[in-house]
Amino acid sequence: MISPKSTSTVHDNPFMKPMEWISLALLAAVIFLVLPMLLDAFRLNLVGKYLTYSFVALGLVICWGFGGILSLGQGVFFGLGGYLMAMFLKLEASSVENTKIQSTPGIPDFMDWNQITELPWFWKPFTSLPFTILAVIVVPAFFAFVIGSAMFRRRVGGTYFAIITQAIAAILTILIVGQQGYTGGINGITDLRTLNGWDIRTDRAHNILYFVNGGLLVACILFAQYVKRSKLGRILVAMRDKEDRVRFSGYPVASFKTFAFCLAAVFAAIGGAMFTLQVGFMSPSFVGIVPSIEMVIYAAVGGRLSLFGAVWGTLLVNWAKTTFSESFPELWLFGLGGLFILVVLAFPNGLAGIYRTYVEPRLTRRVKALEPAPAVALPHAAE
Amino acid sequence: MLGDYSLTDLSSIFVMQGFAGLILFSVYTLMALGLAIIFGQMGVINMAHGEFMILGAYMTYLCSGFFQTHLPALFPAYFFVAMALAFVASGALGMLVEWALIRHLYKRPLDTLLATWGLSLILQQAYRTIFGPREVGVELPAWLIGSVQVTDTIEIPINGMFVMAITLLITAGVALLMYRSRFGAQVRAVVQNRPMAGAVGIDTEKVDRLTFGLGCGIAGVAGSAFTMVGSTGPTSGQLYIVDTFLIVVFGGAASLLGTIASAFSISQTQSTLEFFLSGSTAKVITLLAVVGILMLRPQGLFTLKVRR
Amino acid sequence: MNAALLPSHIIGAAPAEKNFLLAVEGLTVSFDGFKAVNDVSFYVDPNEIRVIIGPNGAGKTTVLDLICGRTRASSGSIKYKGTELTKLSESAIVQAGVGRKFQTPSIYDDLTVFENLEISYPRGRSVFGALTFKRDAEVRDRIEEVAGMIFLKDQLLERAEFLSHGQKQWLEIGMLLIQDPELLMLDEPVAGMSVGERIKTAELLNQIIVGRSVLVIEHDMKFVEDIAHRVTVLHQGKVLSEGSMDRVKNDPKVIEVYLGH
Repeated sequence: MISPKSTSTVHDNPFMKPMEWISLALLAAVIFLVLPMLLDAFRLNLVGKYLTYSFVALGLVICWGFGGILSLGQGVFFGLGGYLMAMFLKLEASSVENTKIQSTPGIPDFMDWNQITELPWFWKPFTSLPFTILAVIVVPAFFAFVIGSAMFRRRVGGTYFAIITQAIAAILTILIVGQQGYTGGINGITDLRTLNGWDIRTDRAHNILYFVNGGLLVACILFAQYVKRSKLGRILVAMRDKEDRVRFSGYPVASFKTFAFCLAAVFAAIGGAMFTLQVGFMSPSFVGIVPSIEMVIYAAVGGRLSLFGAVWGTLLVNWAKTTFSESFPELWLFGLGGLFILVVLAFPNGLAGIYRTYVEPRLTRRVKALEPAPAVALPHAAE
Repeated sequence: MLGDYSLTDLSSIFVMQGFAGLILFSVYTLMALGLAIIFGQMGVINMAHGEFMILGAYMTYLCSGFFQTHLPALFPAYFFVAMALAFVASGALGMLVEWALIRHLYKRPLDTLLATWGLSLILQQAYRTIFGPREVGVELPAWLIGSVQVTDTIEIPINGMFVMAITLLITAGVALLMYRSRFGAQVRAVVQNRPMAGAVGIDTEKVDRLTFGLGCGIAGVAGSAFTMVGSTGPTSGQLYIVDTFLIVVFGGAASLLGTIASAFSISQTQSTLEFFLSGSTAKVITLLAVVGILMLRPQGLFTLKVRR
Repeated sequence: MNAALLPSHIIGAAPAEKNFLLAVEGLTVSFDGFKAVNDVSFYVDPNEIRVIIGPNGAGKTTVLDLICGRTRASSGSIKYKGTELTKLSESAIVQAGVGRKFQTPSIYDDLTVFENLEISYPRGRSVFGALTFKRDAEVRDRIEEVAGMIFLKDQLLERAEFLSHGQKQWLEIGMLLIQDPELLMLDEPVAGMSVGERIKTAELLNQIIVGRSVLVIEHDMKFVEDIAHRVTVLHQGKVLSEGSMDRVKNDPKVIEVYLGH
């Protein structure tokens, strides 16, 4: 390696710095080795469910942490992904064979209960798996594009955007609950069985899906890392702090914001689709205001500027939630509420911030002896 | 769908639904007034606003019980005591919250949103622990029960008229306070230029605390009014928070008149639609219309053009 | 159009016949009835250094805001090399070749000097372009070259927030410079600088204005006299006087409202 004083090394922009490779290796080891060895099938499936939320948190790091755009409607995209996948699985579970006791065989049971006698047009394409997979990506991205470009071009500020995305989450929930003949209503789409004939309810299937989910998560982290270290990532940070300056450096600010929002939406939708596959149902309780804002706290606890922090934060909060609500259900809401306040007041950069302030300086002192890493730190939050 | 009704039926429907809408309008207006002060004037997103409202509702519930058992003679007048108490309780809690939480976050509006959401969870759980998970209702004094028959087909509930009268009074009071009093001038001075307001001798911290307290207090009164039209549970407030924020934003956050106009149009649209469509469809259409308009005209209905 | 408000040299010649780099005509903007800029017209030649002076509130910054699209005109036209700017988005105006420096240093505190300059480098300005932007030798060389010009060669890896006030001003000038704009607009480039920094900045400005047109707002009369080819005096949103510094200095209207103080 060339000496760190040489400008070409200093101005290099490596894909990941050594510490980031270590973080990735650590995360991968925990997801792929430690947890599968330690946990039984039920608990591992539970962790798999948590990890689907971390897709949302990952998107929020890009969109909120870097771009400063707080969306309180990520449940919409998580839900869209989940529902689109559920539609495919439900149609497969509603074969004429399986539903012959219904008055109209071959349609999902909840439609039959609601006196619907024919499959609605927007359900029909979901008999195809490739179409479904495509839709899981494209539909949320399109939604986010419409919302984002309408609002960012009109310079809608942070707080307004948060309020309006929250309203959209509320609207979608009411719509899903109200249109139960088409959506399964408050119960959601349940009783999902097979994926192209493969039973997804067995322990073995859960196990495989857990690893697929983990793989997708690592892929999304790598893509997010690519975005973060690209010029686009730096522009997002620059835009968050000095939007006008970026605009007058010749960048179409609205397009960059829309991109960040769309990316966050697609990540959330992938998480949603994986949620449906692993948990076996999808319901409006993952779409609305409450889950959407809870997903923000995952990113906040992990550290709104840290991709890896987002995953750890999600795991930690959900682990706490499960533990507390199993043993002290009343205490959990106090705990969660306190967590929101604590993170905002005392640790605005979450776990990653604590790590960077207290742990990293010591670690790098030791690592430095081995590897002369350039000290170009990731931009920290303004606070 | 209109064809099934005669013209007289239709006009009665509009009047009746309009009036039902007016009660909704009252609750919305009171909620939104408080929020317009906190969000529009101070720029703070108070996600716990609904819980401040519910505190007022619980205060009214407690008063109702207390007067029934201990002061039955004064029961007909308890509602006035309850409203005053609701205002004081919510206002005091608001000032406490401002001191403990909000004042540290004035420069980070998105973070106040998260922190007050945390607060709302804590308050909800506190209500659940104290008052139980079941929804509670209040006993209305006899003079508030019943309705006035206006024509053969139109009758108007008395409690509705009472709530409306209270709303009008409070709205007028707030307008006077914000636009005619010294306090209102100080609030606007602090909003426009905090360092300058401090430099000319305004105690900005005190103004902030009182402003936030006032907004929360009005939410408490909204809760008091709310008990007449709905029952109170730990999470009842959460149902109103999104609507209320939309109303404030739709009205153009800094304008009280805009807030009232927007509360009126939203509640009337919703209750008129509710007669013909299911409640949820009416709500979806109303909210979609508001969100759609806000996307096209994000500054809301009433705003000024200034040099940025 | 009111002939009395036009600069003397173009009276008699129809503006359209000459090749101006920037032609501002009848520019007006009102904020709720208050006309911050009222029927302003002026013309900037290629390679001309034009200074706009005027008392506080004269509308100087608003004129720059209007040219770069930050504020939208109520009426009037701004033609840059024949293109109407009032219809373009801010980013399109920058891409057309108009660069703007703000009154207070506007740089990215969280990024290093190198990254600040890199973001201003005129390539990869679309979403896809920014995603695939490569920090190649050409970019690095250009950044180092500009960093040398703005006296920040040794600070390339420092976070911008740790720079001194003067260094921040230079960095912002460098961020403009790297875009190589044909029209450079500077809003009080030497405000708040120490004497030493001021001399260095004047030297820097003299160096970078070669080969482009520059529109400067400045209060420092010494500085104005040093650099201005021509001066436009704004007062209460209108053009009060225009011409060489000598001519403007001796204009009784100007003496009354501005220099007389």
